[in-house]
Amino acid sequence: MTFEELEQIATDARAAKETFPRALNVCVAAGCLSLHSDAIKSALEKEVRRRGANCRVAGTGCMGLCSLGPLVTREPDGHLLKNVAESDAPEIVAKLNSAMPERLLYSRDQPFFQRQTAIVLENSGRIDPEKIEEYIAAYGYQALLHALTDLTPAQIVQEVSKSGLRGRGGAGYPTGLKWGTVAKTIGTTKYVICNADEGDPGAFMDRSVLESDPHRVLEGMIVAGYAVGANLGYIYVRAEYPLAIKRLQVAIRDARRLGFLGSQICNTKFSFDIEIRIGGGAFVCGEETALIASIEGRRGTPRPRPPFPAQSGLWEMPTLINNVESFANIPTILRRGGEWYASLGTNKSKGTKVFALCGKVRNVGLIEVPMGTPLRQIIFDIGGGVPEGHRFKAVQTGGPSGGCIPEQFLDLPVDYESLKEVGSIMGSGGMIVMDDSACMVNVARYFMEFCMSESCGKCIPCRAGTAQMFELLTRMTNGTAKLNDLDLLEELCDMVSSTSLCGLGQSAPNPVLSTLRYFREEYMEHIVRKHCRAGVCECNKLAEVSA
Amino acid sequence: MSPAPAVKTLLIDGKDVSASGDQTILGAARENGISIPTLCHLDGLTEVGACRLCLVELKGSTRLQPACVMLVEEGMEVTTHTPRLQKYRRMILELLFAERNHVCSVCVANNMCELQDQAEAHGITHVRFPYRSPSLPVDASHERFALDHNRCILCTRCVRVCNEIEGAHTWDLLGRGVNSLLISDLHEPWGESDTCTSCGKCVQVCPTGALFDKSKVGGKVRKNPDFLSYLNEMREGLR
Amino acid sequence: MLTNSKMPPLPSNDKRWRIVTGTMRRHGFARDALIETLHTVQEYFGYLDKPSLRFVAASLHVPLSQAYGVATFYHYFTLKPPGKHTCLVCLGTACYITGAGQLLAAAEASLNVKAGETTPDGNVSLVSARCIGSCSMAPALIFDGETAGNVSETVLRNKLQGWNN
Repeated sequence: MTFEELEQIATDARAAKETFPRALNVCVAAGCLSLHSDAIKSALEKEVRRRGANCRVAGTGCMGLCSLGPLVTREPDGHLLKNVAESDAPEIVAKLNSAMPERLLYSRDQPFFQRQTAIVLENSGRIDPEKIEEYIAAYGYQALLHALTDLTPAQIVQEVSKSGLRGRGGAGYPTGLKWGTVAKTIGTTKYVICNADEGDPGAFMDRSVLESDPHRVLEGMIVAGYAVGANLGYIYVRAEYPLAIKRLQVAIRDARRLGFLGSQICNTKFSFDIEIRIGGGAFVCGEETALIASIEGRRGTPRPRPPFPAQSGLWEMPTLINNVESFANIPTILRRGGEWYASLGTNKSKGTKVFALCGKVRNVGLIEVPMGTPLRQIIFDIGGGVPEGHRFKAVQTGGPSGGCIPEQFLDLPVDYESLKEVGSIMGSGGMIVMDDSACMVNVARYFMEFCMSESCGKCIPCRAGTAQMFELLTRMTNGTAKLNDLDLLEELCDMVSSTSLCGLGQSAPNPVLSTLRYFREEYMEHIVRKHCRAGVCECNKLAEVSA
Repeated sequence: MSPAPAVKTLLIDGKDVSASGDQTILGAARENGISIPTLCHLDGLTEVGACRLCLVELKGSTRLQPACVMLVEEGMEVTTHTPRLQKYRRMILELLFAERNHVCSVCVANNMCELQDQAEAHGITHVRFPYRSPSLPVDASHERFALDHNRCILCTRCVRVCNEIEGAHTWDLLGRGVNSLLISDLHEPWGESDTCTSCGKCVQVCPTGALFDKSKVGGKVRKNPDFLSYLNEMREGLR
Repeated sequence: MLTNSKMPPLPSNDKRWRIVTGTMRRHGFARDALIETLHTVQEYFGYLDKPSLRFVAASLHVPLSQAYGVATFYHYFTLKPPGKHTCLVCLGTACYITGAGQLLAAAEASLNVKAGETTPDGNVSLVSARCIGSCSMAPALIFDGETAGNVSETVLRNKLQGWNN
């Protein structure tokens, strides 16, 4: 593959598209698909055939505004149609060249669209994720060709460092530094692993990227392989994401067919291939050493670090592990330059971040904003705020390792440091909005139950400590707690976070600590007055009986 | 032959110590008469760093490190018995006592139990956490040995000795988290195991009364985990 | 090198075992193929029973207890045959704060089983999941592989009752 050949594929793909003056793109990512958008696509195709309309009907990835699905976009004017039903097909096709009915049309002239900056999601909802040619027409694989023909591995690492990209899996370790370490570690065999074991409940960014634009992730991985000197990559995907697995399989097959994977890629000496490994429903496998154990076919239990995977990882070889979103940023960074990327975001957190916005918010869906965007803008402008009749209470970020951020910090610019300062973490990008119907003690108990049952059981503090904390929180919600239990809980929080073997245990107390910090009075109400102000917990029943 | 690792000098509890570069903090400390409590560690088995009793403080680092896996480094300053560490160790032991049913007075390993020893050494007189009191079975199907899950602390010494030394890998853990359970083969009665060689190593290395010899109940239990160092020395010609 | 000449006999002459063997062959009968192979067994047989675990463990030279340990560590694997129908309740955060807990309780009451169990007549398995990534339609459930969004208790009860007729 040469630049000329790549350009030819792109030109052909664009020409094929342009033979149709009109196009209807139907979202067939998981959200809309579960609302039967595939049937809508068939209905539209049938209608186009019946009328002999000169229109192309295609399936694309996620269009972002999942709560208004199934979504359809009309090209070339870009009109977005919401809540489309099969029965709407005749009308949509009949009015291909005129105005769409009001009930279907959703204006793009809204903060939800205007406030976003798409890098990782630039192709989502615009290209057919199962057609490599469409990815190429959207400048796909140019970064790879550029990397292989114009850059040395060291220059690539430098460019990634320059971009300031930090690990999008949550911890925020500088990606360039990680790549540099693996590149410099001496070893005959090295591996690249893409962590797609998106386990945070309430997060679906990685799923959406894999379903909407899988080649972007593959391209990032291949570039990484070249930069660090690896010839084999693994994508570790959750078994719960069958559609993402299927699209990855198609993408890998097509990339092999065009010679982006395999031996002597693009007529160079570099060889690289990618295999898929399917996870088994264990949150702890998001931890790097546990993930490695799982790829090796063993129980996914973490081991103490050092040695770090960069030195001794998969089969004790130097291993680079990045998450889906980190890899998905790479093609754009190489195409537009590290400096350009670093111009977005804040001082210490560069670029953009994808968030899965959900919970008690009007516009539920997938968004991408520059780092440093204030929470208020994300939740109230883009998200449209809390639905009528309720008040915003807190936003949860970072899943079971994160915390709940109260109203007073809504003007906080979202980046790694500021979220940490207020007791939460960036995490992988789940953002769950809670209103006054949520009880914070109950939320803390929910996350502790999660950590308890996801604990691998290897180290005692996490195994037995989370179980004890869960028991204490249960007492609070069911009205049997004593004041002393709160002291025990706080002591356990400190001990479990200080002594646990891996990140799961070390961060398991975070949801408790953050809710204690901002909503301590709710804990006291539960313990002393046996009262839950949100009316969620059992302790209210107890109070009624004794009253 | 790889070159001999360089000698490192470090401070442990204020004492100057020299150690070989491939030694752990635990090894260096014990060689110099400094004791650090452990439960999952056993000389001769691979380290898992799981019980967290051997966590120590390193100067310049906020994160506590397990002495059993952390290698010595030049100029390291290690503290092994700060009030903070002692508090955490007591809590870890309390958590173990509350996790299953450890009733010393009726345990075959009474006075021969490492968990009991650690509790005494750390001055534990009562447990503040709610007892979980799970209902756990006893497997006495083996003709010579028995397994009492109530006493198991999931240290995996038996799993490791069976796999690494005996080579049978009869034992492993089922499930995860607080529901983990020691199993033989496909979670079948020990006495019906096809792979168990009845060598008894697992019984010798068990720190508590979870694995025991049925003929030696009632204060006659004497475990001998030190045979491992002997086996290793003989096999690998160490020293 | 281990040879594959001592392959254990197939547990039965069910043709699906050839597919299972195919997965193992694709991975060179290496030990690290254990999880991938268990996925294949579960995909084609619906669950992992002891004969299948014995067969896979022997073929890949994995100790029995290790195979069992792996099969029970990952919650995606099930050692019991699933019911004719499966109702999966997502307990992800978005679903939880929009009432998934109450939905699960309603399903448990309606079927008279706990999450993770199958009704005694083998008709319905009730399962809960951590997060199925359909947070935008919270609370979400999966009825026999088909995701349903914004589910109410009434919809859930009707669906379960429909399976009983």
